[in-house]
Amino acid sequence: MAPTPSSEPATAVDRFLAHHVVDLPRSGIRDFFAIVAQMPQAISLGIGEPDFVTPWHIREAAIYALERGNTSYTDNRGLYRLRREISRYLARHYGPEYDPDTEVLVAVGVSEAMDLAFRAVLNPGDKVLYHQPCYVSYAPGITLAHGQAIPVETGADRGFGLDPAALRDAWEPGCKVLVLNFPTNPTGGTVDRATLEEIAAFAREKDLLVFSDEIYAELTYEGEHVMFSSLPGMAGRTLLLHGLSKAWAMTGFRLGYACGPAELIEAMMKVHQYSMLCAPILSQEAAVEALRNGDEAVGRMRDEYRDRRDFLVNRFREMGLPCHLPRGTFYAFADVSPTGLDETEFATRLLHEQEVAVVPGTAFGSAGRGFVRASFSTSFRRLIEAADRMERFAGARAAG
Amino acid sequence: MSKVLEFLLRGERLSTAEMAEVLRVAPAEVEREYERLQEEGILLGWMPVLHPDRLGEQRVSAVIELKISPEREGGFDRVAQRVSSFPEVQTCYLMSGAYDLLVVVRGATLHEVARFVSEKLATLGGVLSTATHFLLRPYKEQGHLLLTGEDSLDKPAVSP
Repeated sequence: MAPTPSSEPATAVDRFLAHHVVDLPRSGIRDFFAIVAQMPQAISLGIGEPDFVTPWHIREAAIYALERGNTSYTDNRGLYRLRREISRYLARHYGPEYDPDTEVLVAVGVSEAMDLAFRAVLNPGDKVLYHQPCYVSYAPGITLAHGQAIPVETGADRGFGLDPAALRDAWEPGCKVLVLNFPTNPTGGTVDRATLEEIAAFAREKDLLVFSDEIYAELTYEGEHVMFSSLPGMAGRTLLLHGLSKAWAMTGFRLGYACGPAELIEAMMKVHQYSMLCAPILSQEAAVEALRNGDEAVGRMRDEYRDRRDFLVNRFREMGLPCHLPRGTFYAFADVSPTGLDETEFATRLLHEQEVAVVPGTAFGSAGRGFVRASFSTSFRRLIEAADRMERFAGARAAG
Repeated sequence: MSKVLEFLLRGERLSTAEMAEVLRVAPAEVEREYERLQEEGILLGWMPVLHPDRLGEQRVSAVIELKISPEREGGFDRVAQRVSSFPEVQTCYLMSGAYDLLVVVRGATLHEVARFVSEKLATLGGVLSTATHFLLRPYKEQGHLLLTGEDSLDKPAVSP
């Protein structure tokens, strides 16, 4: 059912705006960003991207492509060389095999790929299950594709992994798609293979299509990362979404991709060719180099993130704020309820009193209530200083 | 590689207390590790990396190629050792190829370096010839890029 506007249009131009866009909530992150932007001296743990600059060999590949005059459109699906490299990379590291001709689509970041996927499969009113707290764009993306977003809450008790029982409880007739994101932004949650298999069995039972955003796959610190599409029987109903932004520190290149059943990729390609046409060629050239020769740089960054994670999580615990150990991503998701403040008060007061920025958990959905996301994508010196300041702020309040 | 060394090589200056904190060990243990690294000759010293042109003092560096004659006992070692002992010599390597020793010399002026080469190095017993190359402009110093953009990176302070 199409949503209706919440109020009468206030200005002359408002009356032209689409109802489902008017009703879209503003991103909580943007509100908070506006405050932090006023305080340039603050230490920000609010950054959702690597603090490392893109490894030079990757930047150099982009420059070389520019020098050669590679400035044209590419195949709508992306350069064949890149699709072949994606296919080889995934098989080498995670097992699943995709045909570069028909099962791989290069997009402008996972964000575009996810949007294409929603638009390719959703009829108005179709329901999409997703776990929450989660990346900020899932629910709005579903709404923009005229679908209905059905959240499944995850909690600290399970390390913010998805509980198959909670998934079953949330399911209702009309659910068509399940969105997964492990490791999860903002919680760092992961799920083990056995649980993934339970989720897979549920998806088969309810005939769900699965969109699995695995952008943080390489930033998994303990145990193996299991690609959902590699589970027995799941390749035919799973769309893998991945990209170069996080593990290769290439956020500004805007380069992501989707791999899945040929019919689905073809449908997404149709939307992509009429909206985006193709991903920027220089980013595609850089991605070829990243996937071919980037393993060593990725490993080095991962090692450093892991050390920072151990430090920050321990400091949260020592200052009396419970924090589960995120097995992936570069985010710690700390429980600030012992301070007696809610997550927004905590973040706002911490920023004003100690000049440290963290993001209120509710920016990632209502299930983030009582938590804040602190990114450890920053230098140790800044992390230490930020932890000392948070301890001064939280320690006193948590002690009571 | 020890964890302490790994952290040192990442290039972020951490005090002993900070290093101890991030490694979750006692500060004394970090100190012990520094001592061990020095005793075993792995860690040779502590030297800041400076921009060659920004100290405000005049400094000139030259790379000198030395051809030397090896000795029956000890090969190149004795001459290399003598060359290395001059405090003006920052670095000295035995090389493959067209010459034998590559020597980096630093001095206050061009004249001073030139005199050092002609009077001290060229006259050493066993030194057959020298070729001196003065450094004109540094672009990278011990892993640090020196030509960095003026523009600050316009990264958002908070992002999803």
